[in-house]
Amino acid sequence: MSRPVLNILRLCRLPIYTQLHLEEALLRATKDNWLIINDGAFNPAIVVGISGRPPELVQCDEAVRYGIQAIRRFTGGGTVVIDHDTLFSTLIMQGSSLPQVDCFPQPIMAWTEQLYRPAFAAAGCPDFALRENDYIVAGGRKVGGNAQAITGRRWVHHTSFLWDFDPERMGLLRQPAKAPQYRQGRDHLDFVTRLRDVLPTRGARQRLVEGIVSSAAALGFDLQERTLADAAPALRHPQLLLGTKLLDLRTFVAPDGDGPQRRTT
Amino acid sequence: MALRVFGSGVLGRLGLQAQVMQAAAATATLAYSTVSQGYKYAASHEWASVEGNTATIGISDHAQEQLGDVVYVELPDVGKVVKQGETFGVVESVKAASDVYSPVSGEVVEVNQALVDKPGTVNTSPFEEGWIIKVKMSNKGELQSLLDADAYAAKCEKH
Repeated sequence: MSRPVLNILRLCRLPIYTQLHLEEALLRATKDNWLIINDGAFNPAIVVGISGRPPELVQCDEAVRYGIQAIRRFTGGGTVVIDHDTLFSTLIMQGSSLPQVDCFPQPIMAWTEQLYRPAFAAAGCPDFALRENDYIVAGGRKVGGNAQAITGRRWVHHTSFLWDFDPERMGLLRQPAKAPQYRQGRDHLDFVTRLRDVLPTRGARQRLVEGIVSSAAALGFDLQERTLADAAPALRHPQLLLGTKLLDLRTFVAPDGDGPQRRTT
Repeated sequence: MALRVFGSGVLGRLGLQAQVMQAAAATATLAYSTVSQGYKYAASHEWASVEGNTATIGISDHAQEQLGDVVYVELPDVGKVVKQGETFGVVESVKAASDVYSPVSGEVVEVNQALVDKPGTVNTSPFEEGWIIKVKMSNKGELQSLLDADAYAAKCEKH
């Protein structure tokens, strides 16, 4: 029986808005499997999920003053702040390529743990695990955000791993109304951790990327290296409706006499 | 299925067999989900309940259970034309936005606005208060291509 093909797309500093458009196009306009790794976003951004309400999730007036881009993505889940120190890993799958994985959120999430745990171990972190719906290390500290979109027998599961983050930008987010039980009331900076602190050895970031790719091969895929030129035609598919949109946070800020001062990033 | 047979045997000896068979006939049985009789089902886990030329549409108990807590339902506009097998909206559960597909073609004549404030109704009452849209059907013949309760239950049990 032939192994299903997994197209590997390695990117660096692709803007997150472009990345999300590309992911959604590949999900909806192709029947191919993709592993996309974008090592860092081109510029910082706040990214909310499909139903996220910015006033509840973002310090909108501060974010407007900061001048940070805001985006609504096509997948579920919560709000993240991303930048050049965020490592993005995206899986786009045809269900028939993983017949043992039901196309529902929990089975997909559980399968991704099988992909990422060996990759983290290879990079020097043996205690990576899935807890509730988050990836954790060091006994209970979150290392990134996950979200999914499922359309029939195809799905996307994308993750933003926090290699590093800026606490000031992280402070632009409000604490969500619902938190996982394992958070146990911890402050945000006690709840999340930087991967650079967990994988401190030289070259670990690159080893993690290579570990993710190797782990996919070990799970039974036939890997094919691709380029952006191979993936981009999906964006030109006719009748493609994309759910990722730019958000203008100014519409959520109460007007005052002076207006918010924009700061360039 | 095995539990239903066991239960009816025991209760039959107690003279309650007729009542059990009547109750059992109202539902087919998955391991833990309910599949209600009298509905038609799409393989993509939506159900249709038909009255005249109007189909009320929602997602199955199996689907809501697998999705988890529903936190948002994206409803189409009234007047939207839907086609059988094409997406008409999105149901968001924790982390996941899942497309929902219309089991029939036609025009959306009503949407369940109650789901805007209480999306979890899809979980608590998937076949009744958790309905999502109502469609004035353009081709009732499409109902023949949908699954009845037993066929849908059998399909789900294969997975």
